[in-house]
Amino acid sequence: MTHTNGTYHGASGALFEIHDLHVSVEGREILRGFNLVVGHGEVHALMGRNGSGKSTLAYALMGHPKYLVTHGSVRLEGEDILALRPDDRAKLGMFLAFQNPIAIPGVGTGNFLRAAVKAVRGTESINALAFRKELAERMQHLQIDPSFATRALNEGFSGGEKRRAEMLQLAMLKPRMAILDEPDSGLDIDAVRIVSDGINLVHQQQDRMGILLITHYQRILNYVRPDKVHVMARGRIVESGGAELVQQLESEGYDPILQRLGIEDTEEATSHGR
Amino acid sequence: MAVKAADLSKDYKYGFSDPEQYAFKSRRGLDREIVEQISAYKHEPDWMLQFRLRALDIFFKKPMPTWPAADLSEIDFQNIFYYLRPTENSAEKSWDDVPAYIKETFDKLGIPEAERKFLAGVSAQYESEVVYHSIREDLEKLGVVFLDMDSGLREYPDLVKEYFGTVIPAADNKFSALNSSVWSGGSFIYVPKNTHVEIPLQAYFRINAENMGQFERTLIIADEGARVHYIEGCTAPTYSSDSLHSAVVELIAKPGAHIRYTTIQNWSNNVYNLVTKRAVAYEDATVEWVDGNLGSKITMKYPAVYLLGARARADILSVAFAGAGQLQDAGGKVIHVAPDTTSTIVSKSITKDGGRAAYRGLLKVAKGAVRSKAFVRCDALLLDEKSRSDTYPSIEIDEEQVDIGHEATVSKVSDEQLFYLQSRGLTETEAKTMIVNGFFEAFTKELPMEYAVELNRLLALQMEGSIG
Repeated sequence: MTHTNGTYHGASGALFEIHDLHVSVEGREILRGFNLVVGHGEVHALMGRNGSGKSTLAYALMGHPKYLVTHGSVRLEGEDILALRPDDRAKLGMFLAFQNPIAIPGVGTGNFLRAAVKAVRGTESINALAFRKELAERMQHLQIDPSFATRALNEGFSGGEKRRAEMLQLAMLKPRMAILDEPDSGLDIDAVRIVSDGINLVHQQQDRMGILLITHYQRILNYVRPDKVHVMARGRIVESGGAELVQQLESEGYDPILQRLGIEDTEEATSHGR
Repeated sequence: MAVKAADLSKDYKYGFSDPEQYAFKSRRGLDREIVEQISAYKHEPDWMLQFRLRALDIFFKKPMPTWPAADLSEIDFQNIFYYLRPTENSAEKSWDDVPAYIKETFDKLGIPEAERKFLAGVSAQYESEVVYHSIREDLEKLGVVFLDMDSGLREYPDLVKEYFGTVIPAADNKFSALNSSVWSGGSFIYVPKNTHVEIPLQAYFRINAENMGQFERTLIIADEGARVHYIEGCTAPTYSSDSLHSAVVELIAKPGAHIRYTTIQNWSNNVYNLVTKRAVAYEDATVEWVDGNLGSKITMKYPAVYLLGARARADILSVAFAGAGQLQDAGGKVIHVAPDTTSTIVSKSITKDGGRAAYRGLLKVAKGAVRSKAFVRCDALLLDEKSRSDTYPSIEIDEEQVDIGHEATVSKVSDEQLFYLQSRGLTETEAKTMIVNGFFEAFTKELPMEYAVELNRLLALQMEGSIG
């Protein structure tokens, strides 16, 4: 697999295409015809209330076995990824920054990253010295203490440390398409800025990378400027626009959009969300 | 589910064997004549022959232990070869003098290479006898004694007579009685007062013949203020019928001494490994058992420390990996007899493919051992539904003024952990191996780096081939 421009780009030439995606969790349909096209280098923000299906989308795109795709297609540079195992999706260039990263006791963060980089980026990155240098630089950018590398992965990490650890992985793994599931969740304003700077730096260095940034709040979008903004409700995108949509949501909330579509608050609130 | 022996050991790279070309092989079975033969062959003093014969009587009288979940009744004591002498010579001091086929085996096991790289002394036992033995000259000049047990008996008869069998009497249990009657090989170590052996001494035990019984005997005496780290490893060929390994290891830590005893047990899956290990620690002494069990068919081993002197300390770290057809019945025992003594027992087990692990431990605080502190922790990781882990922690406290803690956890590899690691490009097997390595990290970080790398590699081998 190659990351260069020689790859087949699919009919539209888009980086990432989700077409009519339906996903069920434990027999209950959560995504109901989700469509999205992300071009090379674009940042898309996906907003919506709890339970609208945002995290389900993230897990399904990365291939969590509990999230059953019943219909639709997902293509990365023309290649359908839905039949692939999560590790093969990662090797193809998919990345998911978890909202709730899982602790792996006894596994040092540095050692883990080395194994992951080796798996995803292949032999080009095996040189231990170069790896350490790159890791140290990335950690400095994200204002992560060097001792972090020897701590067990996500074990006893604070909320802020977990988010930064995810951004560190983003930076080290250099994906083609990154899905960031609420990277701002539970962070104070300073931490949001650090995480945002991290995302922007990676994006500058890899300007063809696509980003799908899932968030509740407009705050992070002041730093990571989206090319497109989408509002999700009841398992699909119900409104799309430019950055101005963020301002509209900020001042009016979701209600006008949802009311226009005839979606009651209560329905949304009882949805099964992840 | 029946699993063929060949399937069990497909990833066991030490399963090769050499043709037998021995100087002496006792006939099958065990009786008074065999014991007399062994003793005569070794030109032992009469007290040792009498010690052996008394032990033999005890062995025949003692019933088999009944507590393990395992069935030991399959062991046919009359089908075992109790004494195999590979060469006429006693332990050589140069690898060049070791018979070529035996040296080749130890070469394959990486022993001479390890010696060159990072060991202060090496002992290599093949069947019943130590065939190679060396210690760095500078340590020898300091008065450090590192010999095979038979040479120890010849060269330091008084010291051996004073301590041999004092920590673990023949009558302690059926297998200590068996070892006491037919013991051969093992290590004898004496570290003089205030002498620090900073780099490890290593012994390696290799069984080659089918139906072999290996009964090494190790005695380590660390005099006042001395320090020593001893490491042992072991392997055997894979046969369809069983072999028996039954060692006795006695450690004596005099006041202020520090002994660390590290084991990486990697017998093939047809070896019964029934070992008695015990230490006594006097004032301000520390004894550490770092005990890793990967191989064997059944292991029963509970390294013990008797804290006899004030402020003595015991640390027991025991890990076990049980795959298909294996039982690892392991743990640790600490007896607090003196005041202000401290102990920790940490046990970690991983079971997979129907393997079974049991933590069996004893923590005892005697009356008068005031201000003792003890902590026991048992963690079990189950890799599938058909594997099993049991915990039998026995705690007896006869003193009120103590501080005792006990924790136990049982966990499974969660789908969320696997998904997280897989989303970072690791295959399911790589992800599980990483979780397993992480679980054993408390153990591997205590090993010299070369051993830690080897252990992680062995664990990776164990994890392969088990998943779809």
